[in-house]
Formats: sequence, C-alpha cells, structure tokens
Amino acid sequence: MPATDDLQKAQRFREAALPHLDDVYTLARYLLRDAADAEDAVQECYLRALKHFDSYRGPTMKPWLFAILRNVCNAEYARRAHRPSAIEDTPGAAEQTPIWQETETSPETEMLRSRDAGAIRKLIDALAEPFKETFVLREINNLSYREIAEAVGAPVGTVMSRLARARAMLRAAWKAEEEQAR
Amino acid sequence: MTCDEARILLHALLDNELDAGHAREVEAHIASCPDCAAEFAAQREMQRVLADTDLRYTAPASLRTRIEALLPQPQRQQPTRRSVLRGFAMGSAVSALAATGVVAVVLRQDDQQRILSEVVSAHLRSLQAGHLTDVISTDQHTVKPWFNGKLDVAPPVIDLTAQGFTLVGGRLDYIDARAIGAVVYKRRQHVVNLFVSQTSSTEYRAPKTETMQGFNCRRWGNRGLNFWAVSDIGADELAEFVDKFEAAMKANVEG
Repeated sequence: MPATDDLQKAQRFREAALPHLDDVYTLARYLLRDAADAEDAVQECYLRALKHFDSYRGPTMKPWLFAILRNVCNAEYARRAHRPSAIEDTPGAAEQTPIWQETETSPETEMLRSRDAGAIRKLIDALAEPFKETFVLREINNLSYREIAEAVGAPVGTVMSRLARARAMLRAAWKAEEEQAR
Repeated sequence: MTCDEARILLHALLDNELDAGHAREVEAHIASCPDCAAEFAAQREMQRVLADTDLRYTAPASLRTRIEALLPQPQRQQPTRRSVLRGFAMGSAVSALAATGVVAVVLRQDDQQRILSEVVSAHLRSLQAGHLTDVISTDQHTVKPWFNGKLDVAPPVIDLTAQGFTLVGGRLDYIDARAIGAVVYKRRQHVVNLFVSQTSSTEYRAPKTETMQGFNCRRWGNRGLNFWAVSDIGADELAEFVDKFEAAMKANVEG
C-alpha cells in the first residue's frame, strides 16, 4: 500500500493537473499531428509532471504542463529523423524576414469565409514552428502572453512577434486556399 | 509609431494585452494608416471566425484511464486497523518507536488473517464443479511433474492412500496475489486441499489449527515451504493428515 503522503500528493496532483488534460492533449495534437503520438506524449508529460510535482511552485499549472509537454515533443521530433529536429528556440530565417510586405490589392478588408473545424485545423497544422505553437497556445489554449513566454521559455517580445507572424501566415494560407477554390 | 511596430502591437491590442497608454498609441496609428487599419480589421475578422470554431481536441477516455493508472491509487476498502495504526505511527514522532512494535505485531496477525481467509476462499472455489483439479491422478509421479515450470516452487506430492487420504490431483491457485500449488486429497467424500507456497524462512513452524467459516485450516512451515491444509473434516482428523504427511516427508527426505 502506498504511503499516506504519496496518496495525498497524488490527490493534489490529480486536482491540479488532470483538469488540463484536454488542453495538453490539444497542444500535443497540433505539435505532433498524430493522434497516437499525441497520446503517448501526453502520458509521458503527466508521468514527468508527477515526478517533478514536488518542485512545482506555480504560479499557474497550464504553462508548467505545456513546458513539460514541449520537452517531450522535442524528443519525439528528434526521434522522427525526417522531421524538423526541434521547435526552434533561436530565431530562424523566417523570424527575421519582415512580417509584412506591401500588398498590391486594395486595403479593403476581405472577409474570410467560415470554414469547418477540420479545414482550419489543417491550415494551422501547416504552420511552421515556432509560430504554430505560439498561435495554438494563444488562440486555442487561451494563454496570456506572459504564460506563453513561461511555457516556451522565451521573452514576451519574442512571443509577440511570433504570434504576429503566425497570424499573418495563417491568414495568407487561408486566403490562398479560398483563391484556389474559386 | 512605425508600421512595423504597429503590425506586431495590433495583435496585442486584439488580445487585450496592452496597457492603456500603448493601446492609445496603436489606435492612433491605425486611425492614421489605412494599411495598418486594413490589417487590424482583417486580423480581428480572422480571430472572430476562429473563436466561432471549436479547434480544441478532447483527450480520449482511454488516455485519461492510462494516466489515472499512473497515480498511486487509494485503497478502495474502508480503513483497516493496519492503516489506522500506520497513520498513528506516522503522526506521532514521540511514540513512533513504541508504535512500530505494535504495528509489526498487528500487521503480521492481520496478514495471516487475510491469507487464512484467502486460503479458505480458495478451498471453497475448488469445491465448485470442475474446479477441484487441473491434473487428475492418484499417481504422485504424474501430479508432481505437472507442477514443473508452473510455479517457483516444487510442491511435495505424497501419496497417502495407505494412510487413509487418497491423492486425487493437483491445481494452480492464487493466494496473496501469487500463484501457488494446491495438492488435493480425499478422505471418504471430504476434500482436503493442501496449499504450498515458498517462504524465505527455513525454520520449522509447528502446526496450528484455525477455524474459519466452518472449515479447519492447519498451517505450518518446514523446509522453506509454507503449508495450509484446509478441509471440512474434523480438527483431529486434519491433524492426523498433517502428521502423516510430515512423517512421509521426513521418510522421503531421509530415505
């Protein structure tokens, strides 16, 4: 029988971490783009989180779990030899190019047509890292800029520029697809 | 403010991440720059569409179960004497030493009580039709090899027919979450199950009879093995069985 303090720790962990399971799984699905790999990564994430729960000091649980998941996913990227080796922490070429170019079309707002969730997920999946993870953490996991910075271990300024680029890329891809559909 | 700055900060404005001063600056730039105004409107539109779409995934129930299984599980039973005492022993450092002795004694009895109850349950299960034996034979040279490779112990199989206890076969059973051997004898129409398991202690423990649910159980230890003989025959007959078994064992070893 496990010792009483182990049980209490397990109970605290359950109450603190398990409510975020869907959030963690969502991020894993976007990062790994594979349901089975995502499940394995989330399980590994929770295993590591339980192991290090004693050293967890907050303030919020979600960024902490996401940071662990990110490490697990990086190991998975490394395992997949044909994939990009890791979520880039150093600014790559994409990050240094200007966020926008002068558009040749009129500045009027072009309305995007609503799409079904599956189609939008595909567009998000196609985004390059580290822009995708920043976008998903903000737009789907609802983290604040500060929490995203905590989860990915980057300054808030970097988070802001990545997010701007991610949204610009997503909108461009979205519009390109609509052009094709016409 | 330059357009480059605005193209980044307009997202912070959309996300309500700007303080009042910076928000005003970005708004002022957008009001004066048609390109940035268009970009702001476009991004706001995209954010609205995204917010209307459920882009989250739901973790499969099986994953939740797998993760639950990683956590130390609380026992489902009511607190036993054991856990109460354990809590007591942990809660009071001063009485810890004294309590440890109490816990050790209580634990052993508690364990033995539980195992006795499991042994009797196993005996009861064996009496159901078709559950008595996995190998049916009155020949000890058939029953003994049957156990080979099935257990971490070779249960002694001794024919006591001449002494009034007929060997009828052998069976695998589970006691204390471990596979153990059961050698089955009959006395008239009564079944005697002899459960045999390995123990780290090689010292001899004298036979002792206990009664549970109307069954007699005679328990002893010898030669690194624990024995439980269970039956509904009388305590004196069961003691006779154990004596004859031990005598035959002794003869086997010495012979």
